[in-house]
Order: sequence, then C-alpha cells, then structure tokens
Amino acid sequence: MRKIKELILEKLIFICGIASIFFVVLIFLFLLKEGFALFKTVLPADFLFGRKWYPISEPAQLGILPLILGSLLVTFGAALISIPIGVASAIYIAEVAPAKSKEILKAGIELLAAIPSVVLGFIGMVTLVPWVKKLFHLPTGLTALSGSIMLAFMAMPTIVSIAEDALYSVPKTYKEGALALGATHWQAIWRVMLPAASSGILAAVMLGIGRVIGETMAVMMITGNAAVMPTSILQPVRTLTATIAAEMGEAVVGSEHYFALFAIGIVLFVISFAVNVGADLFLHKKR
Amino acid sequence: MNSKKSQKIAFIFLLLATLLIIVPVGLIIAIIIQKGLPGISWEFLSDIPRKGMRAGGIFPAIVGTLYLVSGAIIFALPIGLFSAIYLSEYAKDNFLTRIIKLAIVNLAGVPSVVYGLFGLALFVVFFKFGASILSGSLTLGIMILPLIITASREALESVPYSFREVSWSLGASKWQTIRNIVLPNAIPGILTGTILGLGRAAGETAPILFTVAAFYLPQLPRSIFNQAMALPYHLYVISTQVPNVDEKIRYGTALVLLTMVLFMNLIAVVIRYKFRKKKKW
Repeated sequence: MRKIKELILEKLIFICGIASIFFVVLIFLFLLKEGFALFKTVLPADFLFGRKWYPISEPAQLGILPLILGSLLVTFGAALISIPIGVASAIYIAEVAPAKSKEILKAGIELLAAIPSVVLGFIGMVTLVPWVKKLFHLPTGLTALSGSIMLAFMAMPTIVSIAEDALYSVPKTYKEGALALGATHWQAIWRVMLPAASSGILAAVMLGIGRVIGETMAVMMITGNAAVMPTSILQPVRTLTATIAAEMGEAVVGSEHYFALFAIGIVLFVISFAVNVGADLFLHKKR
Repeated sequence: MNSKKSQKIAFIFLLLATLLIIVPVGLIIAIIIQKGLPGISWEFLSDIPRKGMRAGGIFPAIVGTLYLVSGAIIFALPIGLFSAIYLSEYAKDNFLTRIIKLAIVNLAGVPSVVYGLFGLALFVVFFKFGASILSGSLTLGIMILPLIITASREALESVPYSFREVSWSLGASKWQTIRNIVLPNAIPGILTGTILGLGRAAGETAPILFTVAAFYLPQLPRSIFNQAMALPYHLYVISTQVPNVDEKIRYGTALVLLTMVLFMNLIAVVIRYKFRKKKKW
C-alpha cells in the first residue's frame, strides 16, 4: 500500500517538475493562437515595419515600427545609464566596500528591487517628470528620457546583484597572484578580475536590459504614450509593453486590434526568450 | 600619474556610482513616507472609495490584493514546492533537467504584461472564468512560480547530503526521507521564498490589468468569480486616469502598497537571518 502511495507521489512530483516547461509552452501557444489570427488580414512585414499605429481608425493601421523604436530608444537610454553605474556599483560592493557597509548597500539594492513598478512610476511622475520638463524647457516632461532614467533604476538591482556574484566567483588566487606581482588593488580589479568575470557581467547586463524591455507600468506612466515615430529623446514615445497595457482594456475580444496586441505579445515573448537563453549560455560558460 | 593615485580616483568613482543608486532609493522611500503618512487614518484604511475615488478610503483595494495574493500562493506553492523537490531530489543531470532549468529562467523573464495577455487568453476567454479573482490569482500564481521553485530548491539543496544517507541507512524510503528529514530542515528557506513571492504578487499591476482589476468597485467581492479592486491598479488609476485626486490620497495609497510589500520582504529577511544563526550544520 505504501509502495503504491509513494509511486503516485513520485509521479506527481515529476509532473510538477516539468510544470515549468508546460507553462512556458502554454504561454507561447496561447500567444501564437491569438496573435497569428492577425496575419490572416495583415502581412507580417506590414505589421513589423509599418510606420503607422492607428488601431481604431477605419481601416485600422497596425504597424508597430514606432512602438519597436520607442522601446529601443527607451531601452538604449536606460542601458547607457544603468550599465556603467550598475557595474561600477557591483565592483564597489564586491571588492572595495568595508564589510559592514557592504551588507547595508546590498540591502539597499534589494530594497530597490522590491519596490513595485507602479510605485516607481508614480514617484517618477511626481518628481522626475516635472524636473525633466523644467530642465529642458519642454511642453511636457513625459518623455523618452524620463522613461530611460526611471527604467535604469529598475535594471540596476539585476545588474548589480548578478555582476557582483560574477566578481565574487572569480577564484581568489587570480587576485592574489596579481597583487603578488605588485599590482595595486585597482589594477588587479581592472586587469584581472573584470576580464575573468566578463561573461557573468555580460549576462548581468543582458538580464538587466531584459527587465527594461519587459517593464510596463512605470514606462506607461512616464513616457507620454505617443505612438509616433520617435525623433528625439526629449519627446513622448510609446513602448511595446505600454501599448498592450493601455489598449487591451478597450480592444474587443476577437477584433483585429485584439489580435494585433497579442502579436505584440509574441514579439515581446521572443525578445525575452532570446535574452534569457543568451544570458543563461553566458552564465554557464563561466562554470 | 602614479598607480596609487589612479586607484584612489577609481575608487571614488565606484563609490559615487553606488551612492547614485542608494541615495535615490532612500529618497523615494522618505518622500512616500513623509507625504503619505498624513493621508493615513483608520477611515482611509477601512472605508470604501467615495466621490469617484477622490475621497473615502481604499479598503476594497486592500481586500482585493489580499484575496489575489492568497489565491496566487495557494496555486503556486504546492506546484513550486513539488517542482523544487523534483529538481533537488529526483532529477538526474540530463537533457530534461537542463530544459526544465531553462524553462524556469524563461518563465522568470517573461514580461509581466505578457502574463496579463496569457491570463486573458487562457483563463478569462478560453476557460470562460471572466475577469475574476480566480483568473487574476492563477495568472499571478504562474508568474511567481519560478521565484518559489528557485528559492525552495536552494533551501532543499542546502540540506547536507549526509542527512539523507543517515535516513536511508535506517531503512527509510526516499519519500519518507524527504518528508521527515529534508523538508523540515528546508522550511525556513521555503518560507522565505514564499513570502518574497507574496510580495511580488502584491505589487504587480500588469498581469491583473485584464484578468481581474476593477476600475472602481466600491464593494467587497463575494466570490472568486467576481472582479475586484487591487492596490497597485488603484494607485495607477488615481494617479493617471482620474483627474484632481488629492495628493494625500495618492501618496497614502502608495505608502500602504509599499508598506505591504516591504513588510513581507522584511519578514523574509528576518527568517533568513534567524535561520542562519540557528543552523545546525
């Protein structure tokens, strides 16, 4: 009797074990099921490279190029800010900070990761947005730049913690060897530890950027949501994620607009899949 | 320039970069507490929203979030825990295991709004649950699954192998060993992961946008097939969709949400800390 019970339990454990695969496949299938319906009426090339997103005009124009460029612009800005600061901070925490302040700094970074994105978006709206507006004398502070700054903060916890892990897992002997040869601590970090940890740091950067591309609420609240081809970082833009979040509420289930939003979901899923698999490869190369 | 000097300059820049992250975090929290505290009162926490959300309280949103979070954990904890047991106790180092781990990484990286789409397509439309607490909880549950699996697996794997060997040598079966030896020793770690998952689920907005969240619903949900208000969505609504909401209400809502999420994180940290001290091995 107990044998049978354990056998059933073990089967159950196995089924739960592969549940993650099941859910990833399920998510992809349902995105495909709803998203591919769009391509009965719209050519994939027109969807991806169309320059006009007017989903509710007659006939609807469903080109997501402005949204892709909006996402890229905001992401690029966020990467430019968060990569140097994040990696520098990881080096400081891993190598330079005294043991006591190290724990406090790590807790502070974890705290940042824990703040819900809608709260960060709200704070961005009431502090960062007016500030950007005043600084650049703009008609509105809801711009790609504001989005980039806010998103940089959301990417930093990921970048710092994974890059710090990567630095930490460089064998101590590397550093000691460099120091024994007369290098200063900084030279040892710059010439020895950073190159040795490079694949882990690259993974950290990729995952941080993956977080930025997928971020929704904060970006919707502070980038201004104008679905036009972006021309400047000081203009309102709209990202892929914000488009889904802002429009799905109004889209009628089964309409062309509804399918188009799912097709955007496919694009996002594919991007995040590529980023995560890529980062995973880098992380495994290290070992 | 000599190398001592360049080291000094480099370290100053590293410190500045770190401060550039830490100081804003402190500021954000200080601002929310300072401006949100005056808005907090018993009435604010226990009353329904009134006058188009420009007055009254946020009680239905708090309750809605609690329902959603409980639902998510009821769904995700058993699956996540069993999945972690599989990975730490049963899985061999083979192709399937590699794929499972990759799937977990991917599940963790799927953008939250894509979870929203998925929940809409599967639970709301395909299973016809409608926009309801059930749909929202299941969507959030799948979203926090990777977090729970990863934390539980680490907790299980940190139990020394010798514990298992002793149990086997006394004649216990594999499952008896897991239940009586491995799980009890891993509970603090599993709890930490679960609470972090709760915090994550409480703060997310995008997955509940189309699966459960009600714009304005000044009553408590009666069943799991009802729509509900939720704190993060409520904050989004009153800060972008409704004009002329008193600043006190906005900051107050942000403070309540932040407190809820950070409180859960704090509990997780405390458990982790206590456990580290008590560790027997």
